[in-house]
Amino acid sequence: MMRKLLIANRGEIACRVIRAAKELGIATVAVYSDADVDAPHVRLASEGVHLVGTSPGDTYLRGDLIIAAAVRLGADAIHPGYGFLSEHAEFAQACRDAGIVFVGPSPGAIAAMGNKIEAKARMAEAGVPVLGGATISADMDAAALTTTGAGVGYPILVKAAFGGGGRGMRIVREPSELREAVASAQREAAAAFGDGLVFLERYVESPRHIEVQIVGDMHGNVVHLFERECSIQRRHQKIIEEAPSTAVDAALRAELGAAAVAAGRAIDYVGAGTVEFVMAPDGQFYFLEVNTRLQVEHPITECITGIDLVQLQLGIAQGDVLPDAVMHAQIRGHAIEARLYAEDVPAGFVPMSGPLHCFDIGGDDVRVDSGYDTGTSVSTFYDAMLAKVIVWAPTRDLAATRLGRVLRDARIHGVITNRSLLVATLAHPDFVAGMTDTGFYDRHDPAMLGAADSSPTIQRAHAVASALVGALDRSTAIGAGFRNVGGLAQSTAWDFGGTQLIVEYTVQRDRTFAVAVDGAPVDVELVQRTADGIVVAFDGVRRPYRVHVVGATSYVDSALGSTECTMVARFPQPEILVTQGSLRSPLPGSVVAVHATLGAVVSQGEVLVALEAMKMEHSIRAPHDGVVSDIRVAVGTQVETGAILVVVDEHLQE
Amino acid sequence: MAVLHTLVDRTSRQFAANRVAMLELLAQHDVEVAKAIGGGGDAYVARHRARGKLTARERIEMLLDRDAPFLEFSPLAAWGTQFHVGASIVTGIGIVAGIECVIIAHDPTVRGGTMNPYTLKKNLRARESARINRLPLVNLVESGGADLPTQADLFVPAGQIFHDLTLLSALGIPTIALVFGNSTAGGAYVPGMCDHAVFVDKRAKVFLGGPPLVKMATGEESDDESLGGAEMHSRVTGLCDYFATDEIDCIRIGREIFAALNWPKLGPGASRAPEEPLYDAEELLGIAGVDLRIPFDTREVIARIVDGSRFDEYKPTYGTSLLTGWASVCGFPVGVIANAQGVLFMEEAKKATEFIMLANQTDVPLVFLQNCTGYMVGRDYEQAGIIKDGAKMINAVTNSKVPHLTVILGASYGAGNYGMCGRAYGPRFLFAWPNSKMAVMGPQQLAGVMSIVARQSAESQSKPFDEEADALRTRAIEDQIERESHAFFNSGKVYDDGIIDPRDTRTVLGIALSSVHSNTIAGQRGYGVFRM
Repeated sequence: MMRKLLIANRGEIACRVIRAAKELGIATVAVYSDADVDAPHVRLASEGVHLVGTSPGDTYLRGDLIIAAAVRLGADAIHPGYGFLSEHAEFAQACRDAGIVFVGPSPGAIAAMGNKIEAKARMAEAGVPVLGGATISADMDAAALTTTGAGVGYPILVKAAFGGGGRGMRIVREPSELREAVASAQREAAAAFGDGLVFLERYVESPRHIEVQIVGDMHGNVVHLFERECSIQRRHQKIIEEAPSTAVDAALRAELGAAAVAAGRAIDYVGAGTVEFVMAPDGQFYFLEVNTRLQVEHPITECITGIDLVQLQLGIAQGDVLPDAVMHAQIRGHAIEARLYAEDVPAGFVPMSGPLHCFDIGGDDVRVDSGYDTGTSVSTFYDAMLAKVIVWAPTRDLAATRLGRVLRDARIHGVITNRSLLVATLAHPDFVAGMTDTGFYDRHDPAMLGAADSSPTIQRAHAVASALVGALDRSTAIGAGFRNVGGLAQSTAWDFGGTQLIVEYTVQRDRTFAVAVDGAPVDVELVQRTADGIVVAFDGVRRPYRVHVVGATSYVDSALGSTECTMVARFPQPEILVTQGSLRSPLPGSVVAVHATLGAVVSQGEVLVALEAMKMEHSIRAPHDGVVSDIRVAVGTQVETGAILVVVDEHLQE
Repeated sequence: MAVLHTLVDRTSRQFAANRVAMLELLAQHDVEVAKAIGGGGDAYVARHRARGKLTARERIEMLLDRDAPFLEFSPLAAWGTQFHVGASIVTGIGIVAGIECVIIAHDPTVRGGTMNPYTLKKNLRARESARINRLPLVNLVESGGADLPTQADLFVPAGQIFHDLTLLSALGIPTIALVFGNSTAGGAYVPGMCDHAVFVDKRAKVFLGGPPLVKMATGEESDDESLGGAEMHSRVTGLCDYFATDEIDCIRIGREIFAALNWPKLGPGASRAPEEPLYDAEELLGIAGVDLRIPFDTREVIARIVDGSRFDEYKPTYGTSLLTGWASVCGFPVGVIANAQGVLFMEEAKKATEFIMLANQTDVPLVFLQNCTGYMVGRDYEQAGIIKDGAKMINAVTNSKVPHLTVILGASYGAGNYGMCGRAYGPRFLFAWPNSKMAVMGPQQLAGVMSIVARQSAESQSKPFDEEADALRTRAIEDQIERESHAFFNSGKVYDDGIIDPRDTRTVLGIALSSVHSNTIAGQRGYGVFRM
């Protein structure tokens, strides 16, 4: 019997596993890095062990420290969650050696599937359909690379042999692009997974991403729990997943299931795993990889089958036979999951960090898997996924509508999110019609779909709501802004990401407000101040506006939408002087390469620094010709947004 | 505490007539106030703005905290004189960085912000307000100095401006000068006497003598900047503590000076929960009459000023021509003394005396609501000692140490003006309703008295009395007194701190009470309360 479980992970998945363990009466041990001292997963667990440091390499990837903690605290099992150590065969083996149950498949199965090149070969043997491809050895020269590329045929997908989640993945359409794509994929793979091995694969155009959940026990049973469709992706990362797929009928489902079970059997799979396929528009599907762990999007399978996959994993790990409910699972209704990220979509999915002044996703019949609470912070060290929001409904339409509403009504203050993109996608005619494939955002510009609420109507109403709340809060027993002689209106300016609105108001003798926006009088009737905002009739339409003020920033949520605006300071602060030609970090991240050398003559567009933020590499290029006059960072430096990286002096070049 | 009930009939003809007449007066008042707000007129204001400058009122608005109140004093100063209404200066009480303070701003669009005798009176009154209420004082300086043709009425008394500034400093009350422009000759002593000075670059001119005067005096060639520019005073003399790049920067620095003052109030502050009155202040317009011969019930006024319309009346059945009692305004406890029927008899005078002593025992500020035609005359009253009882009341008012706030609701005649804490009795604030009248006595009475005296004089000298000439003279005197007792006239002479809209009375008293709590609130001690 399992008594105590150590969760070798963080964030929402750690919280998810802890909850499941608690329901089974199993004690829990959390591990946490310096950045996660106050994280919810630590608070949820019965015990916690500090892993000193912040980078994953010092903390959540330190299998030795984690096993030592498990031994010390008498944990009899370790759940690796997803990511981090979940697909490290060596770690699974080390657990086994220490007499601790690793909740997952055997080290052999992990190793077999961990190398995607070998995995493909093995699946081909087992009769699972695969795509053509080739491995790139580290010492392959340019000519050989060109030949190999031609052999596979364009378009080509460059992928990391170890790893997943889209990291190190590149699509190459022209032979000329292959070399650089391979080099950067190798670098990203090496940084992320500790192994830079990459391979090429024929790229299927307009594919759907279909994956099948499988579970196997120690008694030779392997079954599938139907498919999930995860085609809505941005930069190879899934953001909306659903089950079942609109493109899979019963016959295809049986075929997919059979292939997935065959794949599982081929490696004597024990535990929960996922067989990923790429599916062409004609319904042909090809093996991509097996993820030998719990998937991020596992909740939608849970919703349509009624099976708790984490509890099932724990049961399997204890040697239980798959229960009847799993052996004979049925699909009921439809489930959709949206991944809410802290990121600036229009800016190019730039990850955001900072404190969450309010984080409230509510509603009945909604499942929110999150590792954040109001008052916690999104750090630059880990994934910026704030929450998975999952809705189950009898029909797909209802699930999509409800999920959209829940996301719209959520109050998320402090960091910019992809909420608008999710909401717009769920309501998009193509999505509603089930026309989903991985090229969705190539056809529908995410910068447009994901633009923040910014109509003049909402900005006007929200600026007025913010101004009135401020006036009421500053109001005393003698009212606000009293003048016995004429007097000018109180004036506040509100900045919505560059658009400024000036709200002027005077408080009348009867305490009503006369309001003008940008000089034009507006019809505003203050109905009441509520605990979290005000009720205002604006142009005759009464709505509650929830106004949350943090410093100079006002977060307003209403039926019109959600906005963030800042009260423009009355007095400009003395300017912060910036050296001409300074290159600033556009986002928080860590420096992975410094190409610039002090005193070097550089030309406009030359890459000077490479930053890795979250899962992407960003090139910082010279803004103009000049001479590198200062370098402020080195490989490994963690930088915040706005940090000066390099200074290029354009006057020094001659 | 007892809650006042109202008997006001909003549908009565008297109410409607009062309201129409009061609104007419307020409209006239607005017309006069607009002259003060308009400064030197559109052309001068436009020229001022074209120089990149803010008007005096804009400077004040920027200096004040967001949504803070500003209680402006005497906007009608110099009304009815040869000088511009407002007297080329804006003064009042506002809140800067959370601190209540007195603001004095020159209006450079009115004859260059020069000072005339009314400017001086208004200026000195604002300084007095800073001193007696212990309010920091900030001067927004841009003035061409004295209005030279009126120097005879100015030069000698104006020395008090600098005297008072340094006196404030000696009392530990902070003084701040934000210099936006001319501050020359005597004006140079304003920043010179203030604790803190901020000068605007290329605008501030702070010197004893400008280039022409220097040329005349010594033959030296010079320029504004080297004689008294912001940069020079920042780097060379140190007279300027903070160099401001422009007006906005100057105001920003001024606010930072306030933020660093460490200036707690000494009074206990509001000690009760503020509560709106039960009755609408709008009704005050129909309650108070413009024809002061028709009395109105001051209880109806109190019911529209005090918290929750609660009024705990003291001696309600003794000396009933005067109301006394306890209440609070915006949470500040007060004792209220209000004329009920206009005339003060012996009982009223003794009742007021006791009440004032009681307020001093418990350190409660007093609010005087005047609608008073004076102390009663006649043989019976004289023989009963009305002088002695009136003297008791005036003695008590004079030597009372708690803050007094006076509002003239209607008549303010004769010694009633003194006993009910008129200007000469040093109320911390004195405001008047536009319908009020202030004079030694009513116009008819005064003219009639003069007619009787003339008739007696003629009779004693056995001269014939010219009835026709007397009638003409009497009407002329009536007209003169009517004019001179008018609220605008008295406000023009800075005999009050301004005329207020009756509907603003509660708010104005709230601001005034908050201001007086900047200083300690301590009553007169020594004797106990004498039972009269």
